[in-house]
Amino acid sequence: MTGSPAFDLWVYLAASPLLWLTLTIGVFLAAQYLARLSGFHTLVNPVLITIVLIVLVLQLTGTSYNTYFDGAQFIHFILGPATVALAVPLYRSRKLVRASALPILAALAVGAPFAMLSATGIALLLGAAQQIVLALVPKSVTAGIAVGIAGEIGGEPALTAVLVISTGILGAIIVTPLMNALRITDYAARGFAAGLTSHGIGTARAFQVNSVAGTFAGLAMALNGLATAFLAPLIFRTLFGA
Amino acid sequence: MLFGLFVLLACQLAGEVIARGLGLPIPGPVIGIVLLFALLTIHGRMKQAEKAEQGDVAKAADGLLANLGLVFVPAGVGISQHYQLIFDNGIALIAALVVSTALTLIVTVLVFRAVSRLVTREENPS
Repeated sequence: MTGSPAFDLWVYLAASPLLWLTLTIGVFLAAQYLARLSGFHTLVNPVLITIVLIVLVLQLTGTSYNTYFDGAQFIHFILGPATVALAVPLYRSRKLVRASALPILAALAVGAPFAMLSATGIALLLGAAQQIVLALVPKSVTAGIAVGIAGEIGGEPALTAVLVISTGILGAIIVTPLMNALRITDYAARGFAAGLTSHGIGTARAFQVNSVAGTFAGLAMALNGLATAFLAPLIFRTLFGA
Repeated sequence: MLFGLFVLLACQLAGEVIARGLGLPIPGPVIGIVLLFALLTIHGRMKQAEKAEQGDVAKAADGLLANLGLVFVPAGVGISQHYQLIFDNGIALIAALVVSTALTLIVTVLVFRAVSRLVTREENPS
């Protein structure tokens, strides 16, 4: 094999950012196509599919995560400006916020710390490793902010990203049957709970059910991102006394 | 387009400077959200709110947010370095995720409903 043109080409490409950057975008586009084919079924999540497929490719080709990340870092960098971009939908829904300011603030004040404390509390009770508990703190927050929070409190960003995506998918799957069982027909309240608990994935789901629910979900996602960024360091200090 | 991207990056940069400068334990982009929201509010007051909602910055933001899923992939692929940690903590992890997600949905929706009912009762005393 060594010395053959195909092998030389592979050695060159496998180490170049071009290959991994192109592959990431290409696989994501294919996963989005699959999601569209399924009628945007909650279980066919493009982010999850892309991660699984790329992990498989890295395993099969024996490529290290560091080599992959050299290429993918250009996409990773966009997390920052994409997070700042959340100010735009927040600004667009400012009238809605003012109209139901009190229920929004109350639900945020209770829901944001509850999302963190319930997850970390259960994990601590069941004896999970500290790395797991730390990565669980921002699990209800959109990944752009959650990865930033994980970095601030010493959690592992990769593990956090996976837990965030898992929480989003879980919330999106259970929100509708759960709310129906509770007999809550207020779509503003339902949407707000979906967005606060399961961020962008919950918001996408809320928009499929009802447009008022979707708008309140987007709002809850942005507000919970802000609230958690402020609260997480406090909760972290309380939990680990650091 | 370029101007919109510049404003987003500038807000993030200012957010990083503020966070590091003041030693705040908050991610720079989160402070960037607050800064951009303030800028949009000022812009909307000075001109028309519609211009702030649909201008260059809003278009750049919409473009990024439409493909938000993609930017989580590089960090998510890092899971390949943590198989062992996840297997070792599998039950605690699944229990924490499932129970916390269901309870957070319930608690949030109940608080929202209770307060919004209180508010409407005060507005229309019968």
